[in-house]
Amino acid sequence: MKCKVCREHALVEVRRHNAAFCRDHFVKHIHDQVARTIKDFAMFTPEDRLLVAVSGGKDSLALWDVLLDLGYDATGFYLGLGIGGYSDRSKDAAVAFADTKGAKLIVRTLAEEHGYTVPELSRLTGRVPCSGCGLNKRYEFNRAALEEGFDILVTGHNLDDEVATLFGNVLHWNTDMLGRQAPVLQERVIGRETVLVKKVKPLVRVAERESAAYALLKGIDYIVEECPMVEGNTQHRYKEALTMLEEASPGTKQQMYFGFLKKAAPKFTEGTGDAEVVACAECGAPTIAREGQEPRCSFCSTKALALRRKEEKR
Amino acid sequence: MATTLVAMKVKLRNPDRIVDVSGPKNVAALLAELEIVPEAVLVIRDSTLLTKDEAVSEKDEIEVRPVLSGGAR
Repeated sequence: MKCKVCREHALVEVRRHNAAFCRDHFVKHIHDQVARTIKDFAMFTPEDRLLVAVSGGKDSLALWDVLLDLGYDATGFYLGLGIGGYSDRSKDAAVAFADTKGAKLIVRTLAEEHGYTVPELSRLTGRVPCSGCGLNKRYEFNRAALEEGFDILVTGHNLDDEVATLFGNVLHWNTDMLGRQAPVLQERVIGRETVLVKKVKPLVRVAERESAAYALLKGIDYIVEECPMVEGNTQHRYKEALTMLEEASPGTKQQMYFGFLKKAAPKFTEGTGDAEVVACAECGAPTIAREGQEPRCSFCSTKALALRRKEEKR
Repeated sequence: MATTLVAMKVKLRNPDRIVDVSGPKNVAALLAELEIVPEAVLVIRDSTLLTKDEAVSEKDEIEVRPVLSGGAR
C-alpha cells in the first residue's frame, strides 16, 4: 500500500477516508483533523490555558501530544482512581509522557481528595464502578480546572466514544442526553461564579484505531491494558457492534455522529434548559432545584453516602 | 516445490498471550484466521504498523493490539 500524499510505503490505512499514509503524513493527517475540529467548533485559541484530562491511555496522551505539537498551552491533569496496579501503571505512563515532552502535569488522587477509591466507592454505594468513576472524574476535572485557573477543560473522547454514547442514548431514547451530546459544552455561570468550565473534545473526528496508531507511531508509551473493572461494560459492547458495521461499511461511525450533530441534535436541545439550575449548598456545583429540599449535587450526595457507610463499617 | 508451513508467534493482548499461526501469509489472512475484525486492532512488527496487504512469516514477532477501550469516559 502507498501513501496517498507521497506514494512512499504506507503504514496506516484509513478506509473511511479511502486513504493510506506513511508515518509522517499520518501524523500530519491527525494534526490536521484535530486543528480542523478546534476551528470548526470554535473550541479555543492559542491564548487560552488548557487543562487536558489524561488517563495514561492512548487517546488522552495522543491528544495532549497533538496540542503541544500545535503550539497550545496545554497542562495535563491525572486523577488517581485507586484501581490497584492498573492505576499505578497508568499514572507512570502519564508522568513518563510529561517528562519526555517537558510538559506540566498536575496529579491528584480520589483517596487524598475525598477519602475513597473507585472500587471502594462501588462497594459502599452499590453503584456500577464505571458510573461512580465517571461521576467522580467529571467532578474532579472541573474542580481542578476552576481551582487552578484554566480556561478550558479538554478531554480525549474520540469518534468511537461519541458514536457509542450516541448509539446508547438512541437505544434508550434518552432525549435529555441527546440534547446535551456535543463536542463543546459551554461554560456555566451561576450569579457571578463560573461553576462549570468550558469543556471540549478535539478528538471527535479521530477514530479510536487512528489515535492508537498515532500514539504508536509517535513512540508514546501508553497503557495498553484495560481497566480491570470494565468487564461487561455496555459502552464496550456498543463499540464492538459499531466496529462490525464500520468494517462492512467504512464511514458508518462518522456518518452517524456528524449526521446527528448536523441534522438531529438541534431537535433535542429544546426544553433541555427548562429545569432551574442552582448551586449545590455544599460545594457550589450546579444541580437541579428540587422543591422543599436543600440543593445537593449528585457528587456530594454520593460522597456523603459512601463516607457514612464507611464510618458505619468501622 | 513444497512450501514449508512454520508456525509464527503472534502476541495478543488483554490478557497477554501468545498464539501459533501458520505462515507465511498476509495480515488480512492472519486476522481472518484469528477471527479478529481488522478495524478493532493494530498489527505491529518491530514497533511499527502493518497494513492488511503486508506479508508476515515465522521470522516475525507480531503483536495484534486491540484499540477499543470501554468504561467511564
